[in-house]
This record gives sequence, C-alpha cells and structure tokens, in this order.
Amino acid sequence: MDRLALDVAHLFAGGLVLVSFMLLYQDRMTGLVNNFALHALVVSLAVAWQAHIQHAPHLYITAAIALVVKAIVIPFALHRIIVQLGIHRTIETVVGIGQTMLAGIGLVALSIIVMLPITAKAGTLTQQDLAFALSVLLLGLLMMISRRNAVSQVVGFMSIENGLILAATGAKGMPLVVEISVAFSILIALIVIGVFLFRIRERFDTVDIHALHEYRGERP
Amino acid sequence: MAIVLDLFVQIAQMVLVLALAPLFTGFVRKTKAHLLRRQGPPLLQPYREVLRLLRKDVVLADSASWVFRVAPYLVFATTWVAAALVPTFATGLVFSYAADVIALVALLGSARFMLALAGLDVGTSFGGIGSSREMLIASLAEPAMLMVVFTLSLLAGSTQLSSIAEFMQASDVGLRFSLALALIGLIMVAIAENARIPIDNPATHLELTMVHEAMILEYSGRHLALIEAAAFLKLLLYVSVIACVFFPWGIAVSGQGPVAYVAGAGVYLLKLAAGGLLLAAFETAIAKMRVFRVPDFLGAALMLGFLATLLLFVTMAR
Amino acid sequence: MALTGLLWCVGALLAVSVAAIPAARLRSASTLVYGATLSVSALALAIAIACLLAGGPLLGALTLPVGLPWLGAHFRVDALAAFFLIVVNLGAAGASLYGIGYGRHEEAPGRVLPFFAAFLAAMNLVVLADDAFTFLFTWELMSLASWALVMAHHRRAGNAAAGYLYLIMASFGTLALLLAFGLLAGPAGGYAFEAIRAAPPAAGVAAAVLALALIGAGSKAGLVPLHVWLPLAHPAAPSHVSALMSGVMTKVAVYGVVRIVFDLLGVPTWWAGALVALLGGVTAVMGVLHALMEHDLKRLLAYHTVENIGIIFIGLGLALAFGANGMRPAAALALTAALFHVFNHSVFKSLLFFGSGAVLTSTGLRDMEQLGGLIHRMPLTAFAFLVGSAAISALPPFNGFVSEWLTFQAILVSPALPQWLLKFLVPAIGALLALSAALAAACFVKAFGVTFLGRPRSDAARSAREVDRWSVATMFVLAAVCLVAGVLPGYFIDALAPVTRSLAGARMPPQGALDWLTIVPVAQSRSSYNGLLLFLIIAFAAGLGAEAIHRWASGALRRSAAWDCGFPDASPATQYTAGSFSQPIRRVFGSVVFRAREEVHIPPPGDLRPAEMHVRLRDVLWDVFYAPIAGVVGYVADRFNKVQFLSIRAYLTLVFGALVALLMVLAVWQ
Repeated sequence: MDRLALDVAHLFAGGLVLVSFMLLYQDRMTGLVNNFALHALVVSLAVAWQAHIQHAPHLYITAAIALVVKAIVIPFALHRIIVQLGIHRTIETVVGIGQTMLAGIGLVALSIIVMLPITAKAGTLTQQDLAFALSVLLLGLLMMISRRNAVSQVVGFMSIENGLILAATGAKGMPLVVEISVAFSILIALIVIGVFLFRIRERFDTVDIHALHEYRGERP
Repeated sequence: MAIVLDLFVQIAQMVLVLALAPLFTGFVRKTKAHLLRRQGPPLLQPYREVLRLLRKDVVLADSASWVFRVAPYLVFATTWVAAALVPTFATGLVFSYAADVIALVALLGSARFMLALAGLDVGTSFGGIGSSREMLIASLAEPAMLMVVFTLSLLAGSTQLSSIAEFMQASDVGLRFSLALALIGLIMVAIAENARIPIDNPATHLELTMVHEAMILEYSGRHLALIEAAAFLKLLLYVSVIACVFFPWGIAVSGQGPVAYVAGAGVYLLKLAAGGLLLAAFETAIAKMRVFRVPDFLGAALMLGFLATLLLFVTMAR
Repeated sequence: MALTGLLWCVGALLAVSVAAIPAARLRSASTLVYGATLSVSALALAIAIACLLAGGPLLGALTLPVGLPWLGAHFRVDALAAFFLIVVNLGAAGASLYGIGYGRHEEAPGRVLPFFAAFLAAMNLVVLADDAFTFLFTWELMSLASWALVMAHHRRAGNAAAGYLYLIMASFGTLALLLAFGLLAGPAGGYAFEAIRAAPPAAGVAAAVLALALIGAGSKAGLVPLHVWLPLAHPAAPSHVSALMSGVMTKVAVYGVVRIVFDLLGVPTWWAGALVALLGGVTAVMGVLHALMEHDLKRLLAYHTVENIGIIFIGLGLALAFGANGMRPAAALALTAALFHVFNHSVFKSLLFFGSGAVLTSTGLRDMEQLGGLIHRMPLTAFAFLVGSAAISALPPFNGFVSEWLTFQAILVSPALPQWLLKFLVPAIGALLALSAALAAACFVKAFGVTFLGRPRSDAARSAREVDRWSVATMFVLAAVCLVAGVLPGYFIDALAPVTRSLAGARMPPQGALDWLTIVPVAQSRSSYNGLLLFLIIAFAAGLGAEAIHRWASGALRRSAAWDCGFPDASPATQYTAGSFSQPIRRVFGSVVFRAREEVHIPPPGDLRPAEMHVRLRDVLWDVFYAPIAGVVGYVADRFNKVQFLSIRAYLTLVFGALVALLMVLAVWQ
C-alpha cells in the first residue's frame, strides 16, 4: 500500500513535468490557457494526494486553492482577456518548438544532475520527485524566455509557482499561512499584470514585447 | 513432436493476424461512422475490398519497372512476418527468437523503404510527394520508436518482445513514470506510422493532404490488394504491441496448453475491440495537422522516449 | 611465415607499380596491371584469412634492414592486423576486378595505374607496420599515392582545389601523428611498438596522445570537424579509387586509431570513451544530414562514409568506456560491433561507388538531377545498387542491420556504467544513432529513387547502356557478400574473437555452436537474432503470397500511361528531383544545422520568365573553424611576403643576426 502511494505521488510529479512539456509544445493561445488549467489541476491533485498520505489536512486547503484559483478562475480570466484584447492567434517563439523542447530535455537532465547527489539520503522516488519539481520550475522559466507574448509569460510565471508548490508539499508540509499569503500575492500579481496588459494594448495596439523595445529610449 | 506443435501454434498466429486485420479496420471505420451518426460500411467491407481488387486487372504505367511490381509482395511479406512476431494470444512463439523488437522496427523500415521506392518509380510528382513526406515522418518516427524500445528493454532486461510481455505481466513493475512516457510516445508513433489522423488522412481524396495514399496512387488490382492488406496488418501490429506490452493481462505464457491459448485469444479480441473504439474516438475528436507541424509532433514523441530512456539510465543499475 | 608471404605480395605490388610506368603506353596496359593487382590482392586476402582463422602458428614479426639504420623496419601480423588486411585486400581485389572493365575508359592511364598499385602496397604496409617510423612513412606513402590519384584528372573543374585541400589536411594529420608517436616514444626514443607497449605513458601524456591520434588518424577517417576534405577529394578520383579511398583508406585510418588507443596506450580512461563516442555520434548525424542535401551522387556517398565512420567510432568509444570500467564482455561486444561495421561498410560502400562509377561511365553524369529511369537501361547495375542501398540503410536480412543491431545491444548494456556523464551521454548517443539510421534510409531512397527510378531527365540518361561484365561481376560479388554476412553473421563474429581478445581481454560468446545459426550477443534470455531464419521466413511469406495470388487472383496486366491524377503526358521535369525530395528534411533539420534558407523569386503575372528557387546552405564548421584559420594564415603570409623583396644587404644582415643569436644560445647553454 505504501509502495502504491509513493508510486502515485511519483506519477503525479512526472505528470506535471509532462504537462510542462505540453505547455512548451503549444502554439495557440487558447490551447496554452487550457493546458495551463490542466497544469494547475494536476498540481492540485498531487497536493491532495500528498495530504492523503501525509495525513496533513491543511494541504487539502492548499489543493482546493490551487484548483479554484489557478485551474478555474485564472484561466477563465485569461480567456476573457484574450478575447477582449483580440489576440487569440498563434504564439511566436524565439527559436523553433523542436529546439525549445530539446532545451527542456537538457533542463530536466540538469535538474537530475543537481538534485540526485544533494538528496542522496532520501528514497529513490522522493529524489526523483524533487528533481521533477525543479525541472517544472526551470521549464516554466524556459517558457517565459522563449515566447514573445506577454500572456505566455504570465502562464510561465504561474507554472513556476506550481513547481514550487509541488516541491514544498513533497518535502513534508507547508504551513497554511504561507500558502494563503503566496496565493494572494499571485492573485495580486495577476490583477496588476492584467491591468498592465490592458494599458499596453491601449497604448501601443500590441502586446508583442519585441515591438515594445522601440519605446525604451535606447534604440534610435 | 514439441517443435511441430510450436510451429503449428506460430502458423496459427500468422493466420489469425491475417484474418483479423481487415476486420479490425472495418470495426474502426464502423465505429467512426457511428460516432458521426452515420451507418457506415459493413464490418466485413475491407474483406470485400481486398477480394474485389484481387479480381481486377493491373494497369501498369509505361515507366514502371520491376521494383514497382515486386514491391507489393515484399511489403506484404515483411509486414506479415513482423505481425507474426508480436505476441497476440501467447508469448514465446517459435519465430520470436529469430527477431527482437529492434529487428521488428527494421522490418517495418524495409517495408517502408520498398514502398517509398515504388512511389518514386513511376516518375510522377504525386509519388514524389508521398515518398518524401513518408521519409520525413519515418526519420523522426523510427528514432522515437527505438527510444520507446530502449525504455522497454531496459526495464525488462531483454529486447525480445515475448520476454518483455512476460515481464510486464508477471513482475511487480508498479506505476513507473518512464512507462507512462513510453506509452504516450508509442501511441504517437503508432498514429504517425499508420497514417491516421492527425498525421495523414486515410480517407482523403485530396492529393496534397496525402502521404501514404500518394505513394500508392499508381497501384491497382492485385498489387493494391496486397498493399491494402499490408496496411491493415500494420495497424493490427501496432495495436497488438501496445496491448501486449502495456496491457498484458490475460496473455498465455508459452507452454501453458491449448485452453490457455484459446482464453488468450479471447482476451486478445477484447483488447482489440477496446483499442479500436479508442482509436475511432480519437480520430473523430481531432483534426488533421499541417504537414510541417508533424515534425513537432514526432519530435515531441522522440523527446518523450528520450526522456524515458534517460530517466531509466540514471536510476537503474547503480 | 605468413608475414613473409604478405611482404612478398607487397613487393609484387610495388614491382607492378614501377612496371606500370613504361607499360602504360600499351593498349592492354590497364587489363594487365589490374589483373596483376587482382591476383596479388586475392593471394594476400587468402593469407590474411588464414592468419585470422588459424591464429597462433601463422602470426609473427619480422625486421627488415631498410629505413633508419639503428631502427630497421619492423613488421608484424597479429589478429588485428590480419582482420584489417582482410578488409584492405578484399577492397583492393574488388577495385582491381572492377578496374579491368572500368579502366578501359581511362583517358590517362599513365597517371592512374602506377599510383594505384603503389596505393594498394602502401595500405597493406600501414597495417603491417610495427614501429612508428615505418608506420608514418607508409602512411605518407598512402596519402601521396591517393593524392596523385585524386589529381589524375586535374584539368577538370574543382579537382585541383580538392587535391590541394587533401594535401594540406593529410600533411596536418601526419604532423599530428608524428607528435603522437613522439610523445609515446618518450625521451628514451624507443620507436618500436614493442618498446612502446612495454612502457605505457602517464595520464596527461596519454590524454595528449589520444587527442593527437584522433586528430591525425581521425582526419583521414573523416571525423567531424576534420572531414571537410573527404567530400571534395573522394569524388574527384576515378570511381574505383573513390571506392578504395572511402571503403578502405578510411578503415586504415580507423586501424590507426585502434592500434594507438587500444593497443599502445594501455588501460583506457572512461572520459576517453565518452569523447570518442560523442565525436562518433555527432559525426554520424552531421554526415548523413550533409548527404541528404547533396545531389551529386559521389559526394552523397562520400558524406555517407562520414556517417558510417561516426557509427564505428560510437562502437569504439563504448568499448573504451566499458574497458575503463573493467566490463570486459561488454567491451568485447562494442568492439565486435565496431569492427564488424568496418568490414560491412567497406563492402557496401565499395559496391555503391562501383555503381556510381558505372552510372558515370554510362551517362557521363554524376548529378542526380539529370539522371533517372536508369533501371530500364542498366538493370544489373540497378539491382546491385539496390542491394547496396538496402544494406547501408540497415535493413534486414543484410549485413548493415547486424552491425547496427550489435551497436544497439552495446548501448542497452550501458546502464551498468557508473560514471554520471556516461549515464547522460550514452542515451543521447543512442538517440543520435537511431536518428542517423533513419535519415540514412531516407538518403538512399533518394539516391536510388532519383537516379534509377522514374523517368529519364536528360538525353544522357535516356541513352545509357549497361556497363561491361567485369564491373557487373564485381558488384554482384560484393552484393552476395552483403547478403551472406547478413544471413550468417555468427561466423564473422567468431572470426573476430581473437581480435577482441587481444584488445579488450574478452570475446563474445561463441556463436557457431548455437542452434539454427542464431547470434546471441550477451545471453539467450536477453536478445537473439537469426538472420538466416528471418530471410527464409520472409521468402516463405512472399512466396506464399505470390502463390496464393497466382492461384486465386486475376493475372491480367496491361500497360498504359501513368494515372498521375489525370494529367495527360506530363513531362519528366514534373518529377520529384533530389532537392525536392529532401526539402521537408531540409526544412526541419537544415534550418538549424546548415542555416538553410530558401528564396523564391516569382516573376509578376504576364512575365514569361520561369520562377526560381534558390537554396543557400552554409557549412557552419567551415565558417567557424576553417575560414578564420585560413584568414590568419593568409594574413601572416602576407606580412612575411616582405621578406621576398629585401636588398642584398638586408639578407646578409639576416644571416649575420641568425649566426649571432645561435652563438649566444650556445654561450648561455654552456
């Protein structure tokens, strides 16, 4: 039974890495937001499972917050922003999708190299779970730097947060207060970013960050 | 005496896959039609198609060479032999020690090689489209398949498909992440190799959206019958591989006796039905993708297989 | 005893080479010379096979009193040398047999015949050499003889530049090897291989020797990034010489690496294995991608040689890594895979070059975009080329599949390697190997399909004729070897056992005794392959299908115009060309690797000019690596140019300055 429990937790962690790769694979805006909703769903399921096997009921609340806020509210809000800004089309990437995924594989390898020696005393599955959590973080960062679009950067930022939650819950327990404060800060950040997106769109008629470069005052 | 019995079981398997292959395709087509609220063709329609083609004349282009005439036989033979190597109702059949999974992938590669050459043989632009796109898909699908094969072989400690199937059934493998990645990778490769939606449309009439159909555009009569039969066999082969490796319960281990074999055959039919339903539902639910999105799709399959292999390499045998 | 016979064969080849100079004027000169080299090579081949199979009593060493007075010339035949002598002489015999027919079309036999025999002699001597001086001397002889052959048709466009580049790279390689042997010999200066073996070098020196050996011998073999001369020089030579250079000379370079790294350097280190395997993987993929972009048949084959050398080096790297970790049976497996691929590649690459030579003789063209439909005009050549293409694409039941299968089995044994870097690197190399195998199949569908299938794209292709029977016979013999080696691989693996035992300390399990001629690389429960049975089953299935069709299906057949979706009588120009065939692959891989850019110029409507598409490929290695070096050398040479135009007083000042400087050095040294 214990072995099965660890296996399921491991499967969730690995599933989160898989969904992060799927995020890198998306080339359409609506697909990206739906995929992010799946990402948040998997995180909430993983946290709920951890709550079950660690017998820590406060983690259920964390899972519920992740589910409601990140899997339902934020994707809904992002869908509305996308429709209102009129930017529901394909996402331009800096390098091709194949190369981005190859870089993603390299990041997973890097996380494994870094994490496995550090956590040498823990069990094999826990080591891999932590390595997966670090890779989700790095993949979120990769997403932020390899897309030209402000909305995809928001999604990448959220997925970094999901990776942090996974790591924290995997290593036995995170106080509820910290989680509530973190969740609120994410919500505030989203509101601010949303406001900024509207202002940017109003002003410059685009949210392509490449176009915004010209207004920095450095280029002639 | 024992070897004659083993040979008999192997030949029974070869006959079984050949007999079931058109039925499976008919089942998938019927299910897709029902999902689209149509009646669809009868279940036995693919058999009738093959028989009809066998009775027709072959019309051969003036510029076709002996490669064009020989290719259907070779494609059919290699695909049939590959299908004979996959454990369907029982593992450990006689021929399975002659070739392992890597050889199976290479046999399918031989079939593809001959078919691509046949596409170029008549010297029209449509054959060229089919051949060049097919080789692009193959150049990514084959390494992805090999990476999945590596994952399975590393776990099972063997590259024999029989041994892998027995290992997955018998031992306490548990839910391993690498297996999940390998399953997804294998499904993606199977879709690409069998020319199903979203890679290729097996029912299209538009040449610019064809891959497999464009290569065989010039074929007619008994040659086309053989190629269609080979395509049916290939689909059955991939579904059987997925079933015997990832859902191995109910398969008879070699030497368990005829009752176990018959029970294994029954379970195999159930697995095929489930696979057909899922395939039909999947094909109905999504649309075909652009040709230049296909390398991204297959590249993702390659990455998944590579990640699965990498994870196993890192965590095994220390 | 066998060694004396082999040295007499080499002497005979040198004598033929000298005799060919005056004899080139005769009408039947080429038949005589090639016939002589054929018989001598066949004799040497027989002796080498006897040495490898019989082993102990036939091997030995010898010292001739030629060369340096205090050193002499050491020769030795051991298991490794016997194997490579088989490869060399099989290729030589094939090229000679082919040359009997092909050489009749040679317009300048005096420039080819003497150097051909000398080339064969030099390659044999390199494999037999047992001390550093003999090795380097015969290596240079081999390079010079092949350079002379590359320059045989020096008036043709591009050949002179190719020869110049080849000479520079060959000299550079010999310099690297000279330094390597110097480091190995050490301050004591013991140049004989015996002395070097007895005194293995320290770790740092060993690393330097490995790097130099990879640079020196690797550049001759075609390792990336030192492969740039290969696709220019190999096609420039006459076709049978191209086959020798690609199929045999690159293997002699592999022999050099194996001899230095496995034999003379002592116990390997694991990072050496990682480096070699990584170089091999990168070489394989780069080689095949370049080959896919080519539409010159011989350049495509030359780039493909680069890919196969990469596969061989993957096997060698894995063998080093296993050996460093004491995993001897796995090292034997990887080494057997690499050496078997050496043999296989020399056979099918020679076959393919002979085929392209036949096409060149028949049509005068190497450019695939002008060929097509040759299967109707040259059916025998086409069949042999098809067998070679299937073998090189690693399709069962041919031999290419067996060596790739063995390499994959070696990769699957690798998780037992303890080092972290290897754990990450080996699966990546496995992915690269799988990718290069799939791309190789695509490449040869293109090569065979565009050249031989379809409809002729030019008059030369329309009026081609089958070549002479000597060429065809050679190609069929090699095709038969491909099939035999694929169907009965157990015997070949057993024959390689003495080689792996001497180099890796173990051998693969004996294959000849297994049931039904199966081969088992590690253990029966793990994996097995039976080429003969597979071949028979496929033949049986095909025969059964054909018989059933014959009996119950309609046998009617009629010829008509191609369907082509209803387009009437399309011109052959609407067929797919080599460039269009590889366009999807170019778009997917080439935009990254070659910075491939396509530009399409479509004239406005009403303008009668044709639309044009330009594809630009840049070789990144050339831009990053070679162009700066060439620039620096040019700059320095320009500055030094001033020395040419000084006055007499200035020259006397230079001499005076040099004398004074030497005297000062002497004074300080005292």
